[in-house]
Amino acid sequence: MQAWRRLGFWLPVAVMFVWGLLVLVMHHDTVRETAFTLFMFIALASSLNILLGYTGYVSFGHIVFFGLGGYFGFYLLSQHNWPLLPSALAGGVISALIAGLLGMAILRLRGAYFALATIGINEAARAFADNFSPFGGATGMFIQFSAYEPYGGPGPALWASFIYLWIITLAVILVSYLVKHSRFGLGLLAIREDEDAAMVMGVKAPRAKTIAFMLSAVGPGMIGTLYFFKNGNVEPGDAFQLHMSIEMLVMVMLGGMGTVLGPLLGAVTYVGLRGYLLTTPIFQNLHLAVAGLILLLIILFVPAGAVGWVRSRVPWLRRALE
Amino acid sequence: MWEQLAASLTDGLLLGFVYGLAAMGLTLIWGVMSVINLAHGPVIALGMFGTYLCFTHLGLNPYLAVVLVAVLGLPLGFFIYGVAVHRVINAPHLSSLLATFAVNMIIIGVGTAVFSTSPQNIDFSMGTLEAGPLTVPGTRLVAAFGAVLFTAGLYLFLYFSRPGKAIRAVANNRRAAELMGIPSSLVLALSFGLGTMIAAAAGGLIATFFPFTILSGGTYELKSFVICVLGGLGHPLGALLGGLILGGLEGLVPTFMPVSWVPVVEFGLFVLVLLVKPSGLMGAK
Repeated sequence: MQAWRRLGFWLPVAVMFVWGLLVLVMHHDTVRETAFTLFMFIALASSLNILLGYTGYVSFGHIVFFGLGGYFGFYLLSQHNWPLLPSALAGGVISALIAGLLGMAILRLRGAYFALATIGINEAARAFADNFSPFGGATGMFIQFSAYEPYGGPGPALWASFIYLWIITLAVILVSYLVKHSRFGLGLLAIREDEDAAMVMGVKAPRAKTIAFMLSAVGPGMIGTLYFFKNGNVEPGDAFQLHMSIEMLVMVMLGGMGTVLGPLLGAVTYVGLRGYLLTTPIFQNLHLAVAGLILLLIILFVPAGAVGWVRSRVPWLRRALE
Repeated sequence: MWEQLAASLTDGLLLGFVYGLAAMGLTLIWGVMSVINLAHGPVIALGMFGTYLCFTHLGLNPYLAVVLVAVLGLPLGFFIYGVAVHRVINAPHLSSLLATFAVNMIIIGVGTAVFSTSPQNIDFSMGTLEAGPLTVPGTRLVAAFGAVLFTAGLYLFLYFSRPGKAIRAVANNRRAAELMGIPSSLVLALSFGLGTMIAAAAGGLIATFFPFTILSGGTYELKSFVICVLGGLGHPLGALLGGLILGGLEGLVPTFMPVSWVPVVEFGLFVLVLLVKPSGLMGAK
C-alpha cells in the first residue's frame, strides 16, 4: 500500500483539502453554505459508491442512514445536550450498527430484490420516525438556541459544523480510496462481477458485503447529524426523502461508479446543474424532467460515467483518475 | 365493534382488488423480463389524469374513460420500452432500474409542469349500496368489479391467445422461445405495453373514488411492490391475492392501532416476506 505515491490518491484529497481551506480563508457565509451542500453530497455519493460502485448492490434507500443517524445524533444533541462532535460520531456509529444488522438480513437478497427491500426499509423508517414519540413523532425535534452558545453563538456554530463536515468528507474519500486498493476491496469488486465465482475463489461474500454496507452507512449518519444541527430541527419528511437517495444514485452514475473521483465530480456537476435548471425560467418547472433525461442518456450511452469514459478513452490519464 | 370491523374489512377488500390490479402491471413486467419498472407510479398517475381529462373535458362516463385510457396505455408502454428499456434489457439490474427511474422523473417533471401538484378529483357518484350494517359506495364496488374484469381479461389473453402464449414462453425461457421462432423483442415490448396498460387502467379506477395529484402514483407504486412480493414477483394472479391481503390489512389495522402505523405494518411485512420467502406467499419455486 503506497497510496501516497499515487497521483490518483492525491488528486481528490488535494482538491477537497484546498477547497475547504479556501472557504475557511474567504470566510464568507454564502460561500460556506454552497460548499456545505456540495461537501454533503460529495460525501453521501462517495459513501453510496462503496456499496453501489464497488459491491454492485443498488440501494434505493440509502438516505435512511442519513435520516436515522441524523435523528439519533440530533436526539443526543437536543434532548441530552451532548456537544456536536460526539453526537455526530454517535450518529455515525448507530448508522453503522443498524446497517450491520440490516445487512446481515437483507444482503442475502440479490439484485432487484435487494433494491426493493431498501425502498421498503426507507418507508418503514420514515413511518417509524413519524410515530416514535421520543423522537418527537411527526413534528420532529428542534434545538434550543442555547445549544449554540458553547461555539460562541449561531454563526460560529455553523462554521464549526462546516469544519466537521469538511473533515468527514475528506475521511470518506480516504476510506473510499483505501477500500478500493485493499484486498478487501478487490473482494468487493469480485462480488460485483460475479458473486458465486467470488465465493468459490474464497471471498467471504456475506461478511464482505455487510462490512461494505456498514462503511457506506457511517458517513451519512454523521453528516445527517451535522445537517440537522445546521438546520436547527429535524422532522420525518426531511430526514427520509426518497428522492435524495435517487439524487445520490444519479451523482454516482454521472461521475462514474466504482471510481474514487467519480462521485466527487458527479456531485459537483449534478448540484451545479440542478441549481442552473432551478434558476433558469424555461427549465424551472421542468428541472426534474431534464435531470431524468440526462440520467436516461447516461444509462443508455455512457454507463461508465464521466470518469469511466475518460479512463477508457485516454489511457495515460488512468494513473491520475482513480 | 364487529360491525365496524366488518365495515372496514369490506372497504379494505374492495380497495384490495384495485391495488391488486395496479400491482399486476408491475409483476407482469417483472415476470417476463426481470425488470422492476420504476416508472410504474407515474403511469398510474397518468391513468388518473387521463380519466380525469376525459371526464371533465370530453364529458365521457368515467368507466368508458378508463377503457380509453387503457387502450392508450398500450402504445405508451411500447414507447417506454423502445426508448428506455430495450437497450438495457440484458445489462445488470442497476441499469434497468435507473433507466425506468429516469422515465419516472421525466413523467413526473413534465406532469408537475402541466398539471401542477394541486389535488384533483372526479366528481362522480354511483350512489351507495346498503346491506345490513355495511354501506358501500357504488364507485368502489364498480372499481373492484372492473379490476376483476381486467384480471380475467389478462388471464384469458395469457392462457388462450397466441401472443399470450408467446409472452409466457418468453417469460419461461427467452432463449428457448427465440429458438422456437418467437420474436422476443416484440414480445417483450408487448408485455411492457400490457403492464403499462393495466397500471394506467388501475390508476383510472382509483381516480373514480380518491382525490389525486401527479405524485399520487408513488404511493400506489410502493403498495404495488408490497403486493408483488406478497403474491410472488412475476405471478400476475398472485398479485390479486396480494392486493386483497394488503387491502384487508389496511381495513383491519386502523381498528387496532392509530392509522399512522399502517405503513409500518405494511413495510414491515414486506421486508419480512422478502427475507423469509422471497418467492412470495404463493410462489412455489
